[in-house]
Amino acid sequence: MAIRSFFVPFLLFVLCFYSSLCPVLSLYEDQVGLMDWHQQYIGKVKQAVFSTQKTGRRRVIVSTEENVIASLDLRHGEIFWRHLLGSNDVIDGIDIGLGKYVITLSSGGSILRSWNLPDGQLVWESFLQGPKQSKSFLLVPTNLKTEKDNEIVVFSNGRLHAVSCIDGEVLWKKDFEAESFEVQQVIKPPGSDLIYVVGFAASSQFEMYQINARNGELLKHESATLSSGFLREVSLVSSETIVALDSTGSILLTISFQNGEISFQQTPISNLYEDSAGPAVIIPSSVPGIFAIKTNAITIFIRVIGEGKLEVVEKTNHETAVSDALPISEGEQAFALIQHAGGEMHLAVKLAHDWDSNLLKESIKMDQQRGLVHKVFINNYIRTDRSHGFRVLIVMEDHSLLLLQQGLIVWSREDGLASIIDVTTSELPLERDGVSVAKVEHNLFEWLEGHMLKLKGTLMLASPEDVAAIQSMRLKSSEKSKMTRDHNGFRKLLVVLTRAGKLFALHTGDGRIVWSHLLRSLHKSEACQSPIGLNLYQWQVPHHHAMDENPSVLVVSRCGPSSDAPGVLSFVDTYTGKELSSLSLAHAATQVIPLPYTDSTEQRLHLLIDSDKHAHLYPKTSEALNIFKREFSNIYWYSVEGHNGIIKGHALKCKCTGKVADEFCFDTRELWSVVFPSESEKIIATVTRKLNEVVHTQAKVIADQDVMYKYISKNVLFVATVAPKGSGEIGSVTPEESWLVAYLIDTVTGRILHRVTHHGAQGPVHAVFSENWVVYHYFNLRAHRYEMSVIEIYDQSRADNKDVWKLVLGKHNLTSPISLFSRPEVITKSQSYFFTHSVKAIAVTSTAKGITSKQLLIGTIGDQVLALDKRFLDPRRSVNPTQAEKEEGIIPLTDSLPIIPQSYVTHALRVEGLRGIVTVPAKLESTTLVFAHGVDLFFTQLAPSRTYDSLTEDFNYALLLITIVALVAAIFVTWRLSERKELQEKWR
Amino acid sequence: MEKGKGVMGSGRRWAVDFSDNSTAPSSRDIPDPPGFTRASVDQDDSTVSRQKKDAESNWKAQKAWEVAQAPFKNLLMMGFMMWMAGNTVHLFSIGITFSALWQPISALQGVGKVFDPYKDSKVELLGPKLLFIALNLGGLALGVWKLNTLGLLPTHASDWVSSLPPAQEVEYSGGGIPL
Repeated sequence: MAIRSFFVPFLLFVLCFYSSLCPVLSLYEDQVGLMDWHQQYIGKVKQAVFSTQKTGRRRVIVSTEENVIASLDLRHGEIFWRHLLGSNDVIDGIDIGLGKYVITLSSGGSILRSWNLPDGQLVWESFLQGPKQSKSFLLVPTNLKTEKDNEIVVFSNGRLHAVSCIDGEVLWKKDFEAESFEVQQVIKPPGSDLIYVVGFAASSQFEMYQINARNGELLKHESATLSSGFLREVSLVSSETIVALDSTGSILLTISFQNGEISFQQTPISNLYEDSAGPAVIIPSSVPGIFAIKTNAITIFIRVIGEGKLEVVEKTNHETAVSDALPISEGEQAFALIQHAGGEMHLAVKLAHDWDSNLLKESIKMDQQRGLVHKVFINNYIRTDRSHGFRVLIVMEDHSLLLLQQGLIVWSREDGLASIIDVTTSELPLERDGVSVAKVEHNLFEWLEGHMLKLKGTLMLASPEDVAAIQSMRLKSSEKSKMTRDHNGFRKLLVVLTRAGKLFALHTGDGRIVWSHLLRSLHKSEACQSPIGLNLYQWQVPHHHAMDENPSVLVVSRCGPSSDAPGVLSFVDTYTGKELSSLSLAHAATQVIPLPYTDSTEQRLHLLIDSDKHAHLYPKTSEALNIFKREFSNIYWYSVEGHNGIIKGHALKCKCTGKVADEFCFDTRELWSVVFPSESEKIIATVTRKLNEVVHTQAKVIADQDVMYKYISKNVLFVATVAPKGSGEIGSVTPEESWLVAYLIDTVTGRILHRVTHHGAQGPVHAVFSENWVVYHYFNLRAHRYEMSVIEIYDQSRADNKDVWKLVLGKHNLTSPISLFSRPEVITKSQSYFFTHSVKAIAVTSTAKGITSKQLLIGTIGDQVLALDKRFLDPRRSVNPTQAEKEEGIIPLTDSLPIIPQSYVTHALRVEGLRGIVTVPAKLESTTLVFAHGVDLFFTQLAPSRTYDSLTEDFNYALLLITIVALVAAIFVTWRLSERKELQEKWR
Repeated sequence: MEKGKGVMGSGRRWAVDFSDNSTAPSSRDIPDPPGFTRASVDQDDSTVSRQKKDAESNWKAQKAWEVAQAPFKNLLMMGFMMWMAGNTVHLFSIGITFSALWQPISALQGVGKVFDPYKDSKVELLGPKLLFIALNLGGLALGVWKLNTLGLLPTHASDWVSSLPPAQEVEYSGGGIPL
């Protein structure tokens, strides 16, 4: 900061004054929740187990695709407890043992854990190893009780384990080492001491092992061969019968292994259903006697009547979902079936052996934006009249979780928000006369009452009830959650795209969902089998002209996982959440480049690069084309090919030729390439500056009124490469064979501006690029510590602009446009520091004009966000700074970066599974909005140099008003008094 | 407050003004008594009054020189205060610097007023005035110099470039790792 410059001293003076008032950057306890909000999610539920004992609270234990196990309140859907396992510790199965332990199997069946049901504490953990990879199964049979213990049967990694439920000790184990044996089911028939392990070997052989559940002894091993082979999926129809499909998917195989005798029964699907064409798939379920197959979007339910005879019970072309069977009384099992028909959802609960009658039939009106039902879990309760009631937990296409009971949605959770792919922001509508978008304002009396309460609080006259009232008033301030734009720009919409293909708009004031929209273009369709949402871009941001237009966002998605699958664009209005239009592209979208040009309606021009390196311009209007043609020769693009270590730069050439040709399509030619030697370097991270970042000044004033000119370019790419050996986990290589090279590359000309090698360093590298500096985080193998480095780039060719008179008269060329093809003379300064934490994400604060000093926001391994002043990462720090440098604000050099506990932005909260941090400038220069997302969401406002340009939220206007009134009154009274006294003097 | 002043001047209840300098009888409401001539009032002791006047003008000249030299003391004191204030920008030094700037300026604005009491046809006021102005200009210069040492004058290149926006780039490049 330029202490000695002419224009800022007053500001600085105010700052100094302020900082002497409040020496700590952090929040006070009663400020928590005023400007921040935190939401907890769990992700898409994979499996749910109900725990509805008579005593204790009713709860459901769920495991999710975000690797969360959680205990939810069945009444309200709140989280009792929750654990997030690591991303490489995928949950394979959960169950409840002995009524008080939650058993989880994770990491491909190699870790078995037991958690205490009421409070979620870890009871024990066992590591299960085995000879080879395999499917894993977790069974907690209720009848395998020995005294007070219960046995858990786990099949994982080609080995069958029996584990004690009390302490996790392995009681016995049995290996299945046969080379090609692939386990398909592990069955424990109720009421016997046998375990069946069934599976396929060599694709055409069916194997069955019968094992004694008490000691793991192999009782019987049978196998049978079927020439037509099997498809992998099987459905269990009874404890001794399974159904599979042959390799063509057209013949149903009923395999029964009663008493250890294997018998096949083949039934072609065409016998059951004449119109069948194309291969069928089995829908996995475990309803006794019934299974379902799906062929050509038609779901067929088939009953098994003794001896492998099959009978079709229902055909439907509606989307359906079936739950697992639930034993409700002796010998009776119920299951839930959900079918979609139009806008309604039909729920039926049936008994397993009696398809035609329903225990329960309900129709529920379902929000279209939730899509189809993906999973159903059923649970029962006994009503007061001793009949059975059912509650159903459903998982929808948008990953939300709902509980249905008595035809109503009891509660719902928007768990799609646990898997956010991309975030962008949008302004709210302007406040206009006659447009009632907000709640009724406070009336004057309420306003006064509130301020009187605050005054009481300030004067320490408030009773505890008053204090509580003040706090709740502050938290529920309607001001922050209004649906209109505010003067300070604190109120915005966060538009997020989730993995389920749903767009949500969250209000920054309180985090509520303003609208949500399940994108039609991300729906499965004939043309697009597995659409994937990729990214969000701001398509139209009206501000100067075109104020009447609503802002909109562009969602780029792709039909399928491969990069050459055709792309899909959708445009969504951010005020209403309506999909304005969607385009199915004929070409792929491997890269989307937002250009710095907008047309007359403020639509931003975007360039889409397809897999053949053609560039396509959007929007496809002649106006856009004209703007684009004007800048044609100045537009370049580059691609980073991580797999072969090449960075290529391209320029646009001419109109394309070929099948996709139209006037908005352009050929490109390769300009330059940077090839990293594959034997010594591998690209692991690239980062550029944010497109919308604003930089206030190009000069940096240093001690003694000297000036350094920053090298500010939007076209600089930071690339980090490591030795191929060192790209594994930390500690897998010795320091001698591992290095990290950091490059700064000009993406227009391909010039390498700077290159630095860190010997003995290893990834993962997290980096952030802003203004003229880049900060990156890596591991130092020699010091066994994490390190952070900073590189600052300065433009040496401007350094001799030091004549004051020239500058006063404006006779300099410092602000004239520059071309990157003129050779820049840059110098870099860099420094490295130790840093305690490993890092999940790094971001930097951004403000409206770029004047406010910057803070780095570091997502730590503990899922918190730490704010670190950029001043700590200043390459000009030295051990003994001179007086002038100290005045400038340079901190004496230390070997490690300090972690000040008060500077955790997330204060006491954790953003579980933190994946990204997004910063958005507010209109108020001092303030930046921070949104951190992972499984949880967290939002807050930050003022890196404190709010020097506004009064604080708790400023007491009433006190100010009263003081002014009192002063005016005092002036008036004393004037009258003095006048009277003078008159008396005169008469004396 | 202003209202009472004319009457209450020095705490008297009433007063009659005997001194009358007007020479034209027509300007008065009451005509002069017969035999009274206004012109001959001070002709009798003209030598005494001349001496008196000389003494007075001497005294005035002396006083004027004294007044003209007064800012010098001020200058010294300012210098001392500035030295005390140090070279960092904070409340004290800013206050002193601004007062050091303000005092000479206000003094220069009121040069005429300061020397008004010593105005006399015989007293040469140009010398004292020039000295007064010179000393105050010296004080102003001291203030400006202090302002400069505080770094508050735009005399360095850094003061003129610190808010220069970055230069625009002609070329634009985008891209990255394929989606």
